[in-house]
Amino acid sequence: MKKTKTVPKEYSILIGGAAGQGSRMAGLVIAKIFNRMGYNIFIHEDYQSLIKGGHNFSQIRASSKKILSHKDEADFILALNEDTIKKHKEKLSKNGTIVFNQDKISFEGGVGVKIETIAKESGGLSIMSNTALIAAFAKIAGIDWRTLEDVLKKEITKGVEKNLEIAKKAYASVESLAKIEKIKNKPKPLLTGNEATALGAAKAGLENYFAYPMTPATGILHYLAGNARELNMAASQLENEISVINAGIGSAFAGKRTMVGTSGGGFALMTEGVSLAAMSETPILIVNSQRSGPATGVPTYGGQSDLLFSLSSGHGDLLRFVAAPGDAEESFYWAGKLLNMAWKYQSPAILLTDKDVSESTFSFDEKILNKVKKEKFSEWSGKGEYKRYLNKANGISPMAFPGQPGAIVKGTSYEHDEYGISTEETADIVKMQEKRLRKFEAMQNEIDKMKEAIEISGNLKSKKAVICWGSAKGAVKEAAEDLGFKVIRPIVIQPFPERQIYEALKGVSKIISIELNSTGQMEYVLNGCGIEADQRILKYDMRPFTAEELKIQLKKA
Amino acid sequence: MIASGTAKENIAVVTDIGCNSKIADYLNVNSFYGLHGRSIPVAEGMKLANPKLQIFVFLGDGAALDEGISHLIHSAKRNSDINVILLNNRVFALTTGQFTAVSPKGLKGKSTPEGSIEDPINPLEILMASNASFISRGYALKVQHLKKLIVESAKHKGFSFVEVLQPCVSFLNNMQFYNEKAYEAVNDDPSSKEKALKLIKEWDYDSEEKVPLGLFYKIQKPSYEELMNKVKTEKETDILECLQKHS
Repeated sequence: MKKTKTVPKEYSILIGGAAGQGSRMAGLVIAKIFNRMGYNIFIHEDYQSLIKGGHNFSQIRASSKKILSHKDEADFILALNEDTIKKHKEKLSKNGTIVFNQDKISFEGGVGVKIETIAKESGGLSIMSNTALIAAFAKIAGIDWRTLEDVLKKEITKGVEKNLEIAKKAYASVESLAKIEKIKNKPKPLLTGNEATALGAAKAGLENYFAYPMTPATGILHYLAGNARELNMAASQLENEISVINAGIGSAFAGKRTMVGTSGGGFALMTEGVSLAAMSETPILIVNSQRSGPATGVPTYGGQSDLLFSLSSGHGDLLRFVAAPGDAEESFYWAGKLLNMAWKYQSPAILLTDKDVSESTFSFDEKILNKVKKEKFSEWSGKGEYKRYLNKANGISPMAFPGQPGAIVKGTSYEHDEYGISTEETADIVKMQEKRLRKFEAMQNEIDKMKEAIEISGNLKSKKAVICWGSAKGAVKEAAEDLGFKVIRPIVIQPFPERQIYEALKGVSKIISIELNSTGQMEYVLNGCGIEADQRILKYDMRPFTAEELKIQLKKA
Repeated sequence: MIASGTAKENIAVVTDIGCNSKIADYLNVNSFYGLHGRSIPVAEGMKLANPKLQIFVFLGDGAALDEGISHLIHSAKRNSDINVILLNNRVFALTTGQFTAVSPKGLKGKSTPEGSIEDPINPLEILMASNASFISRGYALKVQHLKKLIVESAKHKGFSFVEVLQPCVSFLNNMQFYNEKAYEAVNDDPSSKEKALKLIKEWDYDSEEKVPLGLFYKIQKPSYEELMNKVKTEKETDILECLQKHS
């Protein structure tokens, strides 16, 4: 019997308004309604670097299959202001519907709802007009009242009764134009990459977090500060990124698992700290959530242009762990994994993510929780004289922390002897350099044996392979798998999983490199191990890929 | 410290970069020899991680008032429970004699061969403005007086600051000036901002007038670490509780 390809149930909703109008929150509520009905969710947030005015919008994708990127074509456009219609009406699908605030916008076609009037008549605040829009949309989309009510009750923290009253009125004021079916799927938690990163690190034993506010990493600081009690940890905002990285190192040196987070420019300030972590052999996890660069760049938009910088951050001969997650589950897993690896090898580790993972919302499968726990590291036995930089064969010196009876723990930014006393002697210097070199070798060996250091998917027998990394995961996989390509995606990028990449490239005669920067930074890394791409697809308008646009480009390959 | 009951393992010294910072290599205690200007945040991170540690930061004027001035101000502002000991020779000595934020105007160093054109700032005034809860000044050649200040600063819960006027025999030998003009000031009310400022403003780090020594200001308030660590309990981290909120 020929197996028919099941067409996935899919809906794409765009909601927009000026900054300050609450389109993001409203979008999240709508996503949760679909989630409640069993759909997998992905939300892409597009917002400008301002607090009021301008234009912000969210693109929500709800699907019966797992999805990690958005669709530009929208089945519904929800407009809080006229700008939204003007900017996005080209995106409307053939049978799509525009639902708009009729109190402020005059538009021919679509469904106008007097959301402000409804809110006012019920004696609600003006922000509650968004509830009216959500409710009207739900009715138009054929979603039952019960589901809408359940979600509103859970999501609204203030004025629940009033909001429900408004929702009921708005729901009753419009007709259904569609019928969105429920799917037999258990609703999953919805998490942004930032939230998942925070939780993954917490699962691996995080106790202290330091940061300076910087888009798009600030969400981690907010989340950890807001959940400090549940997660048994402290989140500290300090005066600048240099303080952050140094305090982070101090905290780790004193024995607590520590993470810091920032974006490009802030990471630039932290790089002396990367060097300090390497020389002092202090474990530290740094989250660099890329925005568009260089310099201030386009702060609220994403890109992948910090790769080479991250790989070579910190002066001196050193090796770091660098891993680039492609979605929320990977953010959770790799935050935990890198924290553990930082402690195992007493090394700086960088979680290289970007706005499109950090601030997008994903369905999160709780199964990943079991894959992360606080792992063991080399601890001092407590016997004999303690030497912080004991010259062991594998390069890893057992750790003791200040406060431990019997140990004098001397960490340092200077080259040192085994005790941690500064040295200028050639013999000592060579000894320590070589100890660290052996450690780097051990780090490379660990990655060589790590199956999950790269992901291979799509048509495994294809002679054509696309190579991508980080947030490009979702759109690239969807497009490439659909067209029958092989997809090779390094997740650990330093040490580079050369062995696995060569293995994956066996039988491949054409390599297409796809990334979100203008100079082909991953290609440069590949060239370093003798791999040359035959073709490249580079996008640098500071917007993420969609599967549609990639399919068009890949069809020409 | 050990004589008065602090366990040796709980003493930690964090140093910076400079001749002064070499003390990390000389003392057989826990130490972290950090980056230039960045010793203070390292100490703060250590204290947050292990509040039992009694932490002394040794750093020079270049570190505290040039490279790392933002950290000095903010650690005082946070009332971080660390003991900062500023070894002030008013010059960058290890790099062979350039001027710092507190060098006298006209200092002839290799980067200012015609004499520095900048007036110095008053670090103790900056610390008052940064809400520091313990401000004092000693002199390297008045050892007993200085020792008392350091012991008192260690006892103080919260940020404590001891400036040590320290002549540099190689690059700025102002020993004679201090011997003649530094005097032990008597402050009958260290909790008074007014009295503290009066003493602090007596010398502007430039003139050759008298230089008061002693405890100028001391007040009690909760430390950063004790407040931040309040959320930490013995209970297990609850990831699932957080995940509930996301469905």
